[in-house]
Amino acid sequence: MYVAVKGGERAIDASLEMLARERRGDTSVPELSIEQIEQQMSLAVDRVMAEGSLRDRKLAALAIKQARGDLVEAIFLLRAYRTTLPRFGFSEPVDTAAMQVSRRISAAFKDVPGGQLLGPTFDYTHRLLDFGLMTAAPRPGVSSAPMPGAAAGPEQPPMPHVSDILGHDGLIEAEPSHGAEPGDITRDPPSFPVDRSTRLQALSRGDEGFLLALGYSTQRGYGNNHPFAGEIRFGEVAIAFVPPELGFEVEIGDVELTECQMINQFRGRGDEPPRFTRGYGLVFGHGERKAMAMALVDRALRARELGEEPGSPAQDEEFVLSHADNVDASGFVQHLKLPHYVDFQAELLAVRDLREKAKVRGAGE
Amino acid sequence: MTTATAPAGYNFAYLDEGTKRMIRRAILKAIAIPGYQVPFGSREMPLAYGWGTGGMQVTAAVIGASDRLKVIDQGADDTTNAVSIRRFFARTAGVATTERTAEATIIQTRHRIPERPLREGQVLVYQVPMPEPLRFIEPRESETRKMHALVEYGAMHVRLYEDIAAHGRITTAYGYPVLVNGRYVMSPSPIPKFDNPKMDMMPALQLFGAGREKRIYAVPPYTPVRSLDFDDHPFAIERSDQPCALCGSTDTYLDEVVVDDQGGRVFVCSDSDHCGERQEAGRAAPARA
Amino acid sequence: MTEAPLLRVRGLSHAYGSRIACSAVDVEVWPGEVLAIVGESGSGKSTLLNCISGRMRPGAGEVVYRAKDGREVDLWQASDAQRRLLARTELGMVHQNPRDGLRLGVSAGGNVGERLMAVGARNYGAIRATAAEWLARVEIDVGRIDDLPRTFSGGMQQRLQIARVLVSRPRLVFLDEPTGGLDVSVQARLLDLLRSLSRDLGLAAIIVTHDLAVARLLAHRICVMRGGEVVEDGLTDRVLDDPRHPYTQLLVSSVLPP
Repeated sequence: MYVAVKGGERAIDASLEMLARERRGDTSVPELSIEQIEQQMSLAVDRVMAEGSLRDRKLAALAIKQARGDLVEAIFLLRAYRTTLPRFGFSEPVDTAAMQVSRRISAAFKDVPGGQLLGPTFDYTHRLLDFGLMTAAPRPGVSSAPMPGAAAGPEQPPMPHVSDILGHDGLIEAEPSHGAEPGDITRDPPSFPVDRSTRLQALSRGDEGFLLALGYSTQRGYGNNHPFAGEIRFGEVAIAFVPPELGFEVEIGDVELTECQMINQFRGRGDEPPRFTRGYGLVFGHGERKAMAMALVDRALRARELGEEPGSPAQDEEFVLSHADNVDASGFVQHLKLPHYVDFQAELLAVRDLREKAKVRGAGE
Repeated sequence: MTTATAPAGYNFAYLDEGTKRMIRRAILKAIAIPGYQVPFGSREMPLAYGWGTGGMQVTAAVIGASDRLKVIDQGADDTTNAVSIRRFFARTAGVATTERTAEATIIQTRHRIPERPLREGQVLVYQVPMPEPLRFIEPRESETRKMHALVEYGAMHVRLYEDIAAHGRITTAYGYPVLVNGRYVMSPSPIPKFDNPKMDMMPALQLFGAGREKRIYAVPPYTPVRSLDFDDHPFAIERSDQPCALCGSTDTYLDEVVVDDQGGRVFVCSDSDHCGERQEAGRAAPARA
Repeated sequence: MTEAPLLRVRGLSHAYGSRIACSAVDVEVWPGEVLAIVGESGSGKSTLLNCISGRMRPGAGEVVYRAKDGREVDLWQASDAQRRLLARTELGMVHQNPRDGLRLGVSAGGNVGERLMAVGARNYGAIRATAAEWLARVEIDVGRIDDLPRTFSGGMQQRLQIARVLVSRPRLVFLDEPTGGLDVSVQARLLDLLRSLSRDLGLAAIIVTHDLAVARLLAHRICVMRGGEVVEDGLTDRVLDDPRHPYTQLLVSSVLPP
């Protein structure tokens, strides 16, 4: 005799207990601390902040610990927390030209005012597994003193953006500015077609893997825009805020940002002589791969406004922006795990019925 | 019964009052234009997108301290997702919960409408994955928006025509599109078509929340809701030829349960509360030969 | 003729950046009349067609259509909604490439029935019967009513497109190089069909073509375009037998005799 299955609540409780045990793992192994994650997995922390759209290193580290290292899950945790935070207002636009840089390079010129600063990067390493890292023994050459604030030193020379230098001679388009207040995609649902500010917000928090693939596709011919890395810079910028009670700017702290400016295919329009065009990427923390991919996709999505015929996936605004958010994507893909047996039942009925009819027709012929 | 309160650090029902106000405004617009999808600033919730965040935001915006909440998934109160959502509201709003349709003031549901007819004053909140009924004909939102605004529903009927041409009948088994108040074509959410007739002139308020897609829509009480069809291929529901193995019902939606690896199966009511009520009322399953 | 024109185009101009595509074009079409707009590629004829058929907003000028109920509708002052409604009912567009004018994933019957369903037809049997009627009219085997257009030859796809458009009994049809891409014998058959349909249905049509033979066979009047301007227009036979403008003379004389 069939008895309806009950006990869903108990099953969930047991599952949560198992999860907590798995997260901790072998208790003879020291538990990960938030500080360890923040310090020694800082690039994971950076990615979680960027896609979680929340700049808080400790919370991002906590999310990574709770999510057992699953960064998409950690990003989700941070976003869900973000929803509950009170909002005081908007900061003043940050001035990345005044950034205290740790790293600054340009592929477009051999040398640039302020210099090429290599900073901390994997780019010049050989990708050979370093077995010396298997133990936690102190390493020669790695000082335990805290890193100096910026690679450029305390007295950083002026570092104008490479694209501004080109801009002086009119060689590159000016950043189009409509003067309008940017919308907030976390408050107002976007409605296609969208403006560039909305696109950039969505791309900045978009999934790195998805944007990387799309950016890559443009380089392989799916909407090539002939990019040059005009400038990539990483460092600290000051955040300024105008409290309504005071009416003037107050600096409330610094954040680390990675910015990428691509110099792309030149275009002439009507009577205007040709100039280079731009792509832009900006993320929290140190995320060059993401900032560069974002800049490639930003430029691709500007196809129509630059008079290009959009034809490839990276140029399709609705396609790119509707699928860039990994919190959305992960939720919906994984929701297939939820019971769907009622609808499946309906399909079973339909299929059986059609097969019956087909059989009857076959027999009648 | 204790007074409903929120846990420390959280607002009643999790969302801040500003967000609730924004959602209620969207709900009012939706009720004023039955079947029209109102965009809203959907928030990330502690459950993943695709798992009912839209329904939850709607419930969170309308629920009050004196409400009694029922949550079902696939018609049952005890499925894991229903349990998870019910717990969420018990924790963040402290409201009373129930498994009895008759006693609930708000019912949040995934993929079914309760068998017991709902009354005036009850609110049915549907979880919606894909709010746009035209999405599989036209992937672009910029285009489907125009189609709704300009009543360009020809392509929808073409789809139904194709079904009949290919199979002799309309084969859509769930999420069967409906015409609301004679104006907007709407997706009823992935309920089996068996449930569609219940929506027509329902005395309760029907609210639909799609979190990931950021849309809310509504059917006010006593609104005509008609499943799309052709005059000579009218919409019809199918009934199982088996009664429920537990309560003997012949007019409810049944789940097929595989009981052994020889193809043995039984059929039981999907709506666990309704089935339980019938069993209590003493209607036994028919004696087996 | 005391009747007002069906379509009146005045001062139509359009440019792509600094490149002028159409310049101050005036055109008229009367009910039941077929007008050919002829020119080489780059003459502006496609741009003109797109602007007057409601698909692309012109830089300047007006396009006035006289609707079935007698109202005059300035196409580009009208709302999106009105324009789209007219495009589905009283107007029709036959694209050069039939794939642009058909739903490739929908059966022939569905393609032809769509316009009927778009304006409220709700009887499957009746829709199907009407679709079958039209397939027969455009000489497509009715047995193929449930087949997908991608299984049709180019000529058949073009005829299917025509049926799809004509089912709503439009009063004015725009055709963009209707015989382009088809081989000669298929072209001939299509032209015969168009000629008899336009005669039987009293259809007005504007045909854009580079092929003078198409114009000769189908059109009552002809407009010759060059560099975005209309250089000559008049009755087809008159213009082709006695061209006055040097460019028209060049065009006519360069056509190889059959």
